[in-house]
Amino acid sequence: MPDPTPAPLLQVENLRISFHGRESIVEAVKGISFRLEEGRTLAVVGESGSGKSVTALSLTRLLPPPPGCKVTGRILYRGKDVLTANASELQKIRGKEIAYIFQEPGSSLNPVFSVGWQIAEAVKLHLPQIKDVRGRVVAALKDVGIRDPEKRYDAYPHELSGGMQQRVMIAMALACEPHLLVADEPTTALDVTIQKQILDLLREVRHRHRMSTILITHNFGIVAGFADEVIVMFRGQIVEAGSVATVLREPKHPYTQALIACIPRLGVRARRLTTIDYSKIEAALAAAS
Amino acid sequence: MSALLEITDLQVHYPLRAGLLGRHHDVVRAVDGISFAVPRGKTVGLVGESGSGKTTTGRALVRLAPVTAGSIKYDGVELTGLSDHAFFAYRKRIQMIFQDPFNSLNPRLTIYQILAEPLEIHFPKQSRAERENRVTELLRLVGLEATHLYRYPHEFSGGQRQRIGIARALAVEPEFIVCDEPVSALDVSVQAQIVNLLRDLQDKLGLTYLFIAHDLAVVEHVSDDVLVMTGGKIVEAAPAEQIYAHPRHEYTRKLIDAVPTL
Repeated sequence: MPDPTPAPLLQVENLRISFHGRESIVEAVKGISFRLEEGRTLAVVGESGSGKSVTALSLTRLLPPPPGCKVTGRILYRGKDVLTANASELQKIRGKEIAYIFQEPGSSLNPVFSVGWQIAEAVKLHLPQIKDVRGRVVAALKDVGIRDPEKRYDAYPHELSGGMQQRVMIAMALACEPHLLVADEPTTALDVTIQKQILDLLREVRHRHRMSTILITHNFGIVAGFADEVIVMFRGQIVEAGSVATVLREPKHPYTQALIACIPRLGVRARRLTTIDYSKIEAALAAAS
Repeated sequence: MSALLEITDLQVHYPLRAGLLGRHHDVVRAVDGISFAVPRGKTVGLVGESGSGKTTTGRALVRLAPVTAGSIKYDGVELTGLSDHAFFAYRKRIQMIFQDPFNSLNPRLTIYQILAEPLEIHFPKQSRAERENRVTELLRLVGLEATHLYRYPHEFSGGQRQRIGIARALAVEPEFIVCDEPVSALDVSVQAQIVNLLRDLQDKLGLTYLFIAHDLAVVEHVSDDVLVMTGGKIVEAAPAEQIYAHPRHEYTRKLIDAVPTL
């Protein structure tokens, strides 16, 4: 008989991340908790420095080892704590279970190898049972909408546009059929038109592969219509969490309200854009704690 | 009102060479015969995707891209035929703000050195004290503190670096600024601050902008007139309030559709 309340795919409890310099300690994440159910999409929204990217990296322990960086709390992936996993267990999670795509495809790809070679490397590592690696890579490139995948296999990153490079990154992440895709600002370096294509592509592949997704972004604009749940981070803390529809319709925290208000809207030609009044948010945070 | 900048049939072509001897001759028509005018004190937005030729257009104005044919008239004077020596005066009047605040500031120079350099070139007679005062004034103008003077670019956030880029452009008291994607690399919250800063500076200093970006929402917001560019050509030109309400060209509609809606 199946468990009536299955454990979530990912459960993060009281996560704290701090960086230890020679003279100072920077607490980047200050005890956050959240969960992600199988097949759902979670958006993590915040500005630069809010701790959203280090949170994403900590999920597979991609941060530098102690004493430079200290991570405490629990990160339960399918009930198993990533923070106490040994090297071979981690190897199985990285890429195979949880895959990433990053902000700048240009600097995430290795410039001296063809894109096909780079995807093949990931396939050989995580799916050693596959005989026709080249065929698999070509299929992955085709899957993300790259035309002439056989020819593109031998292309080098500099021969591709930013949008195409990001497609290659997505192909690489998907080639090993991960269960959780972490997209860290996947469209920030791209044109709005290409951004739309990439978001449409991600929406389609996560449906086709029945993948759970975490979208990290600073832009509330791309969260609507993409994610189910959202958490809003400000200086290492979660200030608001809930379903996307609710948070967008009735943002409760002043920071969430400010983040939504600062997005320029088409057809509203206000003289000035709304900016964030940080003193107001700090006051609200102080009042809450 | 007379136009400060008038561009007629501007073309920028880059030759393509292929084969062993580089003989096969073809050209990339990056900018393929465009005409527009920018009135004094106004903002004209130039919007399009990567590869549309919008950045090349901006760079051609300040001689960072070679003009193949056409005319660039600035304040009634034809710029294209000028010698480098004669163009020098216009380098002071026309300045540029770049997209990437991380790569457009020399990491080995302090903020003071970055801001003093254009002053040394264009105001060689300034005394050291005058120059220091001017640099401090520039920092204040863009919302930074005098205490930031002797720090290096890596000590600043993206938004602060873009403020430094703006201060550097303002240093030589220009009239016209080509803003090449000045907010594309920034967080939306910081983008709003920089857009407002550019607005305030325009009011205070009477600046004229050519504002280049790929995001129609931002361009529509900051501009008086909007030009839509694709494939090296301008496909639509309209006042900003009309471009969203009544887009005429199919490509403009595509750009509008791409803007995320809340």
